[in-house]
Amino acid sequence: MGMTIAEKIMAAHGGGDTLTAGEIIMPAVDMVYSNELNASLAIYGKEDILKAGVFDRARVAIIPDHFTPNKDVASADLCKFVRDFAGQQGIEHYFEVGRLGIEHIILHEKGLVNPGEIVVGADSHSCTYGALGALSIGVGSSDFLFAMMAGKIWLKVPETIRVELTGALSPYVTGKDLILELLGQIGPDGANYRILEFCGEGLQSMTMADRFTVCNMAVEAGAKTAIFPPDGITETYIKPRAQRPYHLYASDPDAAYCQRISIDLSALTPRLACPHSPSNVKPAAEVAKQKLPLDQVFIGSCTNGRIEDLRIAAGILKGRKIAPGLRLVIIPGSRDVYAAALEEGLIQTFIEAEAVVGPPCCGPCIGGHMGILAAGERCVATSNRNFKGRMGSMDSEVYLAGVPVATASAIQGYIAIPEEVLHHA
Amino acid sequence: MLEDAFRFRGRAFLFGDNIDTDAIINVNYLNVADPELLAPHCLEELSPGLSARARKGDILVAGDNFGCGSSREQAPLAIMGCGFSCVVAKSFSRLFYRNAINLGLPAITADAVAFAAEGEEIAVDCLSGVLRFPRADKEISGAPLPPFMLEILRLGGLAGFLKEQLKAEGRL
Repeated sequence: MGMTIAEKIMAAHGGGDTLTAGEIIMPAVDMVYSNELNASLAIYGKEDILKAGVFDRARVAIIPDHFTPNKDVASADLCKFVRDFAGQQGIEHYFEVGRLGIEHIILHEKGLVNPGEIVVGADSHSCTYGALGALSIGVGSSDFLFAMMAGKIWLKVPETIRVELTGALSPYVTGKDLILELLGQIGPDGANYRILEFCGEGLQSMTMADRFTVCNMAVEAGAKTAIFPPDGITETYIKPRAQRPYHLYASDPDAAYCQRISIDLSALTPRLACPHSPSNVKPAAEVAKQKLPLDQVFIGSCTNGRIEDLRIAAGILKGRKIAPGLRLVIIPGSRDVYAAALEEGLIQTFIEAEAVVGPPCCGPCIGGHMGILAAGERCVATSNRNFKGRMGSMDSEVYLAGVPVATASAIQGYIAIPEEVLHHA
Repeated sequence: MLEDAFRFRGRAFLFGDNIDTDAIINVNYLNVADPELLAPHCLEELSPGLSARARKGDILVAGDNFGCGSSREQAPLAIMGCGFSCVVAKSFSRLFYRNAINLGLPAITADAVAFAAEGEEIAVDCLSGVLRFPRADKEISGAPLPPFMLEILRLGGLAGFLKEQLKAEGRL
């Protein structure tokens, strides 16, 4: 019996030569990371354990991004607690405000996650790094503590769902639309405990940014993670960045899959996840007919805060202004994204369009700060969750979309598709 | 009797499908680590005053995909803070399931929500996976916890398990 990419990675990390779905294994990890919130909970009251020292100071990363720049005194105290811990332990990859980005963006920019590795992140969206052909798994604080101290993780060997992509993405249709379409098809637990493996000719039309976006939201179907087979596009991205030797694995033709799904990228159109679930997905064009008025649009987050996303937004906004009365919050996902956006003149375009540009952080995605919604307000966001109250008031509404729909909606002041704006040019 | 620690009798508090972690504990409390302080905000929108009504040993019963969403351990911590001894759901989101076991909160996969009446005392045996519902006079078999997870629970959670590992390696 052949093996999938994920099975090969687990086997190569001491998970055993023969892997059976459901079996519990304890493979070694290559990188362990956390945001400030989960890191603080992991180390709180654990002085007795922490005195053993982390397993490898070069393989632990802590990235304060959720409530930073510190939104209040409690968050400032929490960040200080985590910062002091990182200093005491000599953790090499501690990224302070101003030098950082969102945790699921900065590690791939810095080459700290590589193809063929096992990566454990104390945040549900840690599945993002599957785009590189790594086994990238989101966990909680206890698992983070365990992995950081022991250099291992307990895993239940998952089954894999194979998603075959045919055709190619059309202009203004992105990875976000693909993952929303898939979430709509399989539902909020459609991949629970399982891995989503993408394959097929459609990969050729997907940039690394598209792939990161797709993997990022795999958790919204409950997936353990998602994985893309590393190809030429992956290598072009990773070669100049990789901090460690990497391994490109491919699934065997006779590998076992528990389910097969096929999606034709050529037929895909912009999607929209309506309140209050990322899997409540409809064609954006259908929702746009209602011209639902908006109070805010948010472009950013670990899902869509990369330079490719900002280029799309600026391309549509260039020479235009957002609708009167609407707030457009744009947050570059990292310092490097911010610097590139400045150099390319994108920030200028945003400011001229009357958007507000924030510092790299999670911002309003998690309802922390920098764009919280009031009761009765409606927002289109490029982020990943629209649970009730996610971005603020329990009586607010969030629609999730890709950058083209979000940008067009900011210009129109209501939920709109890119064609409405582009045809008015 | 260590094994008795895995047999529970308590009043059932019923919840539906797809209860997400934002609903279990709002983002505003993610800078809180104390279960006692988290408890008053546990599921507060869906079930106001839950922590005041719940007693030590009660059992939280839910439908499909319980705990979907984020990796926040404040979700199982808040449930523990309310005094719940275990959570029984038709199915769990994997992150919540891991976090619950890792914190020492037994999570049992069984369709209890179909048979339990709100507030009645039910019995849950984590070792055999057998659940009893007196009002419906029904007994069902859920999935028993695998030995590895029972081991984590016996050590009070993954931190206890880790301590044993580090001691075995001579690092503690």
